[in-house]
Amino acid sequence: MNRSFIARNPSVLVFLSLLALFTLTVSVLAEGFGVGLISTSFVKTLGKTLCLCLIAVAMDLIWGYTGILSLGHFAFFGLGGYMIGMWLMYERTRQIVVTSLADGVLPPTPEEVEAAIGNQIFGVVGSSDFPLIWAFADSLTLQLALVVIVPGVLALVFGWLAFRSRVTGVYLSILTQAMTLGLSLYLFQNASGLRGNNGLSGLQNLPGITAPQSAVSLWFFWASALALGLGYLLVAWVVSGKFGSVIRGIRDNEARVRFLGYSVESYKLAVFTLTACISGIAGALYYPQAGIINPAEVAPIASIYLAVWVAIGGRGRLYGAVIGTAFVSLVSSWFTGGQAPDINLGFYTVKWVDWWLILLGLSFVLVTLYAPRGMSGLIDALPRRKGEDA
Amino acid sequence: MSTLLEVSGVTVSFDGFRAINNLSFQIGRAELRAVIGPNGAGKTTFMDIVTGKTRPDDGHILWGDKSISLVGMSEAKIVQAGIGRKFQKPTVFEDQSVQENLLMALRKNRSPLSVLFYRPNAADLARVAELAAEIGLDDALLRLSGELSHGQKQWLEIGMLLAQDPRLLLVDEPAAGMTPAEREKTTTILKEAAKTRAVVVVEHDMEFVRRLNCKVTVLHEGAVLAEGSLDHVTKNQDVIDVYLGR
Ligand SMILES: Nc1ncnc2c1ncn2[C@@H]1O[C@H](COP(=O)(O)OP(=O)(O)OP(=O)(O)O)[C@@H](O)[C@H]1O
Ligand SMILES: [Mg+2]
Repeated sequence: MNRSFIARNPSVLVFLSLLALFTLTVSVLAEGFGVGLISTSFVKTLGKTLCLCLIAVAMDLIWGYTGILSLGHFAFFGLGGYMIGMWLMYERTRQIVVTSLADGVLPPTPEEVEAAIGNQIFGVVGSSDFPLIWAFADSLTLQLALVVIVPGVLALVFGWLAFRSRVTGVYLSILTQAMTLGLSLYLFQNASGLRGNNGLSGLQNLPGITAPQSAVSLWFFWASALALGLGYLLVAWVVSGKFGSVIRGIRDNEARVRFLGYSVESYKLAVFTLTACISGIAGALYYPQAGIINPAEVAPIASIYLAVWVAIGGRGRLYGAVIGTAFVSLVSSWFTGGQAPDINLGFYTVKWVDWWLILLGLSFVLVTLYAPRGMSGLIDALPRRKGEDA
Repeated sequence: MSTLLEVSGVTVSFDGFRAINNLSFQIGRAELRAVIGPNGAGKTTFMDIVTGKTRPDDGHILWGDKSISLVGMSEAKIVQAGIGRKFQKPTVFEDQSVQENLLMALRKNRSPLSVLFYRPNAADLARVAELAAEIGLDDALLRLSGELSHGQKQWLEIGMLLAQDPRLLLVDEPAAGMTPAEREKTTTILKEAAKTRAVVVVEHDMEFVRRLNCKVTVLHEGAVLAEGSLDHVTKNQDVIDVYLGR
């Protein structure tokens, strides 16, 4: 990543500058730091949006550039969230348990502490034993490593099986949907060891931190902005050189790339795994801001939304993925969050909570049919217009 | 002349239909060969087999100095062993520049990791410019290849093959859809290429084959019907019956 890379890709510099400017503005206006024009909950919404933009950048790499329409990347996102959630929940519960047991006559034994934590966490699913997958939950370092490792390994195994058998196109999309469906059904079970449909909660509370949420929300906002910036830079670099040529070649004509002597399967596997790891990181930053993660987050529909965001923004352009995701997910939360006023037509009341989905579906169809470059197609048109004026 | 590729007794069936029937074929190290034959004779399928796209039901395909068997090798490995192929339909990467297309084809380490960190050096760019000059696209290096004319795309594809520096070049109907002037240039490119390597050209156009001025193999129903100089095979009664006479 040398200077000439940035110099050759001015859009990367523009994006990073805008992101920095945005982060600064929000910080200055936020409750926890500046003048308080932006509420803490809205800071969280913006922070979560940045995480969604990060997974959208990953989605653009796998779909927009490599041509693999994965409808399963939210599974990796969710797994990242679960991995960090396990530590957050374990550590916080441990601190609560230790404080409450300290009032007793005798100091508690490690076994008693462990049992009490287990009871607290798994009581809702009628258990008090720690499942094996919680083995590392007491170590932040290890759980942070798992944020990348678990999605990465799942993607590696899944991708290896799928690509080696030369599953492509819509069949691959269906297979990725099956993967995320399978994962969410597994997580829904109480016996999954991850609290079934209760999911992991209280994730907004950082163990051992007494700072108010207004401050914590900003830390996560900054971390999300940094992750998006770095992720964008990494992906922009990956697609900039010959690697980018090869994967775009795979997108446009896979057989031809194979007959140039490239092992198409290895490239697909590499991109699939890399994007899964990025998705895991995005999820690990998202869920502490959401406060809760449950299996519904991994539902197949979430991954389909991701594809819709990227398509509306314009695939094959990283800024397109970011613009589409930021725009659609923010508008979407406005419509479905009950803020949008219902329209009373007299004979029928348009409730946006219901109608928003139809609107979204319609714009997806329209964009696919009439503006394959999506919203970023508008940006592409700008310099040309300027050139004509001059 | 020692052989570079030796195909012997190869048979391929599609759902019981024998597209290639006990085919044997040899080519030397620096040789130009034309393969002709009626539609459906199995010319493209023959290339599919050599390049690993289709697996033969029976027979041997031996390659190179060590006579290694190509049967069962992956397409990418066969390319890396030194066999390049041009498809019947010109396929270049249309939304990439001529330079990017050629750089991708250049003979280099093709593993994902080394490609990720690869940045073209001056020598690579010079080689690309040289190749572009050979195929008459030196003015078009930075143009999108999708904007090229049909003939130019065909040349670009040949250039991409040359960039791989293969020892055997399989070229399927390179002159299809070309103007007479373009055909002539294509002939020159192929003859030039065959000075240092083996080149197999499939072509229907007899005038084009005559200009190649090389040994000709006639395929029919998946087997070799005749082989020799163009004059020799065109006098062959079987060839006249199944191909030329129609
Ligand atoms: N994958 C396949 N499945 C079924 N049949 C096939 C397949 N590939 C080729 N064939 C059949 O095998 C025969 C040989 O086809 P091939 O494409 O090799 O002919 P060709 O000599 O290249 O003809 P043309 O001059 O038209 O290009 C044809 O009858 C074709 O229909
Ligand atoms: Mg053919």
